[in-house]
Amino acid sequence: MASETDIYGVLTEIFQDVFMRDDLKLTPEMTAKDVKGWDSFKQIEIIMATEERFGIQLNTREIDSLQNVGDLARVVVLKQK
Amino acid sequence: MTDLHWLPTIPDWRARLRALADHSAPWDEALALANAKLNFVLTNSLDEMARRVIPAPPSELATKPVRLAILGSCTLAHLHSAIRVAGLRRGIWIDTYENEFGQYLQELSETASGLHDFKPTAILFVFDAYHVCGGLTAGMDDAAAGALLDEVKDRIREAWRLAREAFRCPILQQTILPVHPTLLGGNEHRLAGSRAAFVARLNNDLRAMADAEGVDLIAVDARAAVDGVAKWHDTALWHRSKQEIALTAAPFYGDLVGRMLAAKQGRAAKCLVLDLDNTVWGGVIGDDGLEGIVLGQGSPLGEAYSAFQDYARELSRRGIILAVCSKNDEANAVEPFEKHPEMVLKRGDIACFVANWSDKASNIRAIAKELNIGIDSLVFIDDNPFERNLVRQELPMVAVPEVSDDPTYYPTAIADAGYFDGITVTDDDRERSGQYQGNLARDALKASVTDLDSYLRGLEMQLVWRRFDKIGLQRVVQLINKSNQFNLTTKRYTEEEVLAVMDDPRAFGLQLRLTDRFGDNGVIAIIIGRLNDRNDLYIDTWLMSCRVLGRQVEPTTLNLIAAEARRLGAGALVGEYIPTKKNGMVKEHYTKLGFTDTKHDDAGGNVSTLNLSTFLPIDTFIHVVEG
Repeated sequence: MASETDIYGVLTEIFQDVFMRDDLKLTPEMTAKDVKGWDSFKQIEIIMATEERFGIQLNTREIDSLQNVGDLARVVVLKQK
Repeated sequence: MTDLHWLPTIPDWRARLRALADHSAPWDEALALANAKLNFVLTNSLDEMARRVIPAPPSELATKPVRLAILGSCTLAHLHSAIRVAGLRRGIWIDTYENEFGQYLQELSETASGLHDFKPTAILFVFDAYHVCGGLTAGMDDAAAGALLDEVKDRIREAWRLAREAFRCPILQQTILPVHPTLLGGNEHRLAGSRAAFVARLNNDLRAMADAEGVDLIAVDARAAVDGVAKWHDTALWHRSKQEIALTAAPFYGDLVGRMLAAKQGRAAKCLVLDLDNTVWGGVIGDDGLEGIVLGQGSPLGEAYSAFQDYARELSRRGIILAVCSKNDEANAVEPFEKHPEMVLKRGDIACFVANWSDKASNIRAIAKELNIGIDSLVFIDDNPFERNLVRQELPMVAVPEVSDDPTYYPTAIADAGYFDGITVTDDDRERSGQYQGNLARDALKASVTDLDSYLRGLEMQLVWRRFDKIGLQRVVQLINKSNQFNLTTKRYTEEEVLAVMDDPRAFGLQLRLTDRFGDNGVIAIIIGRLNDRNDLYIDTWLMSCRVLGRQVEPTTLNLIAAEARRLGAGALVGEYIPTKKNGMVKEHYTKLGFTDTKHDDAGGNVSTLNLSTFLPIDTFIHVVEG
């Protein structure tokens, strides 16, 4: 099982691939406003890629409640348990 | 499974993508990067980077650029990059266009539309299941649901007609994804107003419509049947963004479209090149010899190799050329094709047979030259990662599926990759392997069968018998130790004991295969006979596979036993039935064959004899050959 640090490492790679930007550094507080091009489609891509990489599935309520990167990392930790 | 599992993982893929702009041959490099097992995120990255570095089709392309309009009823944005990358994977430049949400009919009819400005050279229609089921409810009767089905079909035909008249270009139609849950279950088809049943009927009818109108299908319904609908459709994603095709399935979807567009340009693969050792059979023929290789009935692995050979032969029967590329002495490599009884593929199935010690890339070049086909129309399958990588590196235009060392999955790897996906099958394709006549004959047989005798006669059965030998040893021992039902004495023997039978001049062991015009049933019976003190032939073991019951194998076998017994100078046959919990079916076996019952015991066993001086071979429809 991945630690929170590992999770941020994987999420960073996903974000870098999704936005094709290697300089992106994730913080828990980061939201869609902070990254150019982070629209609803990219949001879905990020979530689907996260599900695929960690072998987890988020339900509709969980996806709706995500406010920032920290929320995503936390739900990954929870889902892996 | 919707990942592109037949494509390899490229370890430094990310770094190479980022270096694309500095590459001296960016199109070739992008093509190489497209031939990797990419998920949807990496597919998007590659598409974005490739478009940035290569904004227009390179002029030297051997393929025709495609301007594909994707016309549909739901959100399709996530499919564009997957389709473009699937084109790139095949060296085809694809531009894509998508209609304004849900406006496909308007755009087709109005010349002042984005679609007409785009000037498509191919059109893909994508209708989601929710759209085609509009207005349908479970309360409808047959007539109402049937009328709605006709209406939907008319609408689809009308869309095809408009597209054809406006653009005179190939039309692809995605079949409808069966996303709806059932209402009635197994008998869903009896509920005329069921959406699930409606989609199934429409998909069925689409086949005939497409054939009549010259439209080609992107059969996602068939894929969903293989992978599971849930792999193709994410209901939550549908509710969120009206994307009917799951994001994770987008690369596979794109590939289905890409391979069809390639086939439309005549760029489907034509030839399957087979490695031999550990690909077509288990083991190394040069080391293990004819008796040592793993093939055919008797082990799961052997059966898997046979099944792969059968798949290759089926491909050849539909027009795919087979070739062999093996590191071997030619004499060794050919031997199983000519002598191993379990080989499905025969030497005559292989159009070009190359076995030597040169590197495989050179040999594959030679195969393409010999067959006079483009090297990019070859697919090379090899269990050895070293050889695969060598060929990929030396000959990037040759398709090399990524496979494990388990032959079980070779047919799936080839089928899922869609290398040979085609448009039509011509009579020429079928006649290439001479099977067409066989099919006609088989149909004629079915039609003419009215009674069992004529059926059996028409089967053209052959009982192919051999004395025990080392090639068949494993299978013989296995059958002796596992057959329970049709087994007169249920005597179990080790390999050594079977070898002893082979060496005993007063005994014989027979292994019998049954073939018929529909195929080879493998080894189906084992006989061991031994002279007793009175010089009668005691049938020590008679066992048979229940699969071939009722086909006159028993009397034919008796003829064989009698002949062998006479050869040893026996005056009579002695048959014994030793009862077990499982072999009651053969209690009367010998008396049914005309033996005289001589002895019973309390346990239910019996001994019977047959006088060979008066015995005449029994007439059957089975032709007996030694082989």
